[in-house]
Amino acid sequence: MAEQKKKILEVKNLQTSFYTHLGEVQAVRGVSYDLFEGEVLGIVGESGSGKSVSALSIMRLIEEPGVIKEGSSIIFDGVDITELDNKEMSEYRGNDIAMIFQDPMTSLNPVYSIKNQMVEVIRRHTDMNPEEALKRAKELLGMVGIPDPEQQIHDYPHQFSGGMRQRALIATAISCNPKLLIADEPTTALDVTIQAQIIELLKKLQEEIGMTIILITHDLGVIAELSTHVIVMYGGMMMEKGTVEDIFYNPQHPYTKGLHKSIPKVGEKNKERLVPIEGSPPDLMAPPAGCPFSPRCPHAMKICLEKPAPLFEVSESQVSACWLQDDDAPDVAGYKKYKGAK
Amino acid sequence: MRSYYVKRFFSAIFTILIIATITFFLMRMIPGGPFTRERQVPDEILAALNARYNLDDPLFIQYLNYMKGLVTFDLGPSFRILGYSVNDLIREGFPTSAKIGILATILIVSVGIPVGIISALKQNSPIDYFVMFMATLGVTLPSFVIATFIIYFFAGQLGWIPSNGLNSPLAYIGPTIALSGYSLSFVARLTRSSMLEVLRQDYVRTARANGISEFKVIGKHALKNALIPVITYIGPMIAAILTGSFVIEKVFALPGMGGYFVESVTNRDYTVIIGMTVFYAAFYIIMVFLVDIAYSMIDPRIKLSS
Repeated sequence: MAEQKKKILEVKNLQTSFYTHLGEVQAVRGVSYDLFEGEVLGIVGESGSGKSVSALSIMRLIEEPGVIKEGSSIIFDGVDITELDNKEMSEYRGNDIAMIFQDPMTSLNPVYSIKNQMVEVIRRHTDMNPEEALKRAKELLGMVGIPDPEQQIHDYPHQFSGGMRQRALIATAISCNPKLLIADEPTTALDVTIQAQIIELLKKLQEEIGMTIILITHDLGVIAELSTHVIVMYGGMMMEKGTVEDIFYNPQHPYTKGLHKSIPKVGEKNKERLVPIEGSPPDLMAPPAGCPFSPRCPHAMKICLEKPAPLFEVSESQVSACWLQDDDAPDVAGYKKYKGAK
Repeated sequence: MRSYYVKRFFSAIFTILIIATITFFLMRMIPGGPFTRERQVPDEILAALNARYNLDDPLFIQYLNYMKGLVTFDLGPSFRILGYSVNDLIREGFPTSAKIGILATILIVSVGIPVGIISALKQNSPIDYFVMFMATLGVTLPSFVIATFIIYFFAGQLGWIPSNGLNSPLAYIGPTIALSGYSLSFVARLTRSSMLEVLRQDYVRTARANGISEFKVIGKHALKNALIPVITYIGPMIAAILTGSFVIEKVFALPGMGGYFVESVTNRDYTVIIGMTVFYAAFYIIMVFLVDIAYSMIDPRIKLSS
């Protein structure tokens, strides 16, 4: 790392489970990562991989019967927020850490105007009087590309389109200059042209304000567009982590490779067929003892079924949780061994 | 907007006329009449009575005469309560029924809704189970059981409240509780389930994610949405409660109008039956209209237009 950037977030051994009537659903099983100021961390994975739960854990918005388990720590700006009570945590939410969600159609309260909802958040976290807060809200709406903030701020959510609602939600989320913005599938519910606009908007905000963002998505295209760093999650665990270049040009985990193969590439002239990853994600009620991907992995070895792989360092910026990196593993085409376990 | 109100007004009038018509002919189809007694009434007396109240006119003429009175708010004389018009009966009975009804409504809203909210927030806790047990009891126990229980314990055994009449402020307690039992329980259950539904919504999560205090998340963001089904129920409920309850008024010996609903039918007191029905129907229609206005005030997506 060339320059010393400020560490904003340190997630250590995050484990989140839901204690249902049928048993413990282990949604997140020991995820650790650091996030530095100005980075955009993309978390990819398929449905049920634990990516949303890990984000909601950072917001401390895990609802009953979900619990962030003992031994997990989430250090935000020097404070372990897993130790805070709900009231203290609400000071952080929307202020230091903000979040936008997947479905803008249902994420705004239908019975209050955009103005009401934005001013409420701004006044919650600042000393502004109602007029100042309103002025700020209008500025923000202008900033996120609402054409006529002066008038449209008085509208109700149903008068906004999906794209506009997501813009309004983004405007609200950034209203108190959060140090960290978590975007949980911000474009999934939108149609493609609007998706592109929202990605552009996030990119613009990131460039202009230098905001630190955690971007959760199952869309590698969105990751490529926005992220500086990527975490690939599967079965509640981290499979691979690296810079966006590492993950796209030198993936060293069979799951990451599988993801790449299953997605069409526009513009490339290859006639390769898309290859789906065979099988289905693990049952988080009874996760496999070994690597969660082992039942679907084309290179699975005996040890893969028995023990989850540690994080092997591939390069200074990249780690892969795959036994193929172990000294004793056979050589497989496409995988290179690096320095060994981290 | 104005055309909407005009349209609603005329449709209400039309509805009331239809109800009056149906009630008029339906009651005439039931065997017996207002002057039927167990002992045979001499024919000439019956003829004189029928002539006195114009019951010997052809049915259709009677109907037209009645409707003529109805449009001028004259509900006609009672056939059985001598010297009283139906208007007199309503004027005398309604204030008593309404007083108890208003108290009951206040009790239902001020207890039922908060209890429902608390129950939803403490879902599956002992408090929730207790509230739901009481609410189930309240919905299933007939009001005369509750009324009798109150009289037996609080008026009889403990002597805290009078057992009948409305001569002291304390006397209102018994009938108010007995009258509100069912609806109070129903409102508590309705608020609870509606609140649970709303608390699962994405916008509640958004409010929390924006750091809004839990008090405001519940009291502002969730409650306003959760109240819509509750208001739907409370509107017509007010009409039903304020027009009196036969059972409660009998048990507590209250001079309300609830008794006329039942007595007029057994007595074949035609004008009282139609009068009471029309009065209740008009009240009901007004309440439904107010509910619609309340919707449009709560939810901006609902627009009143014709």
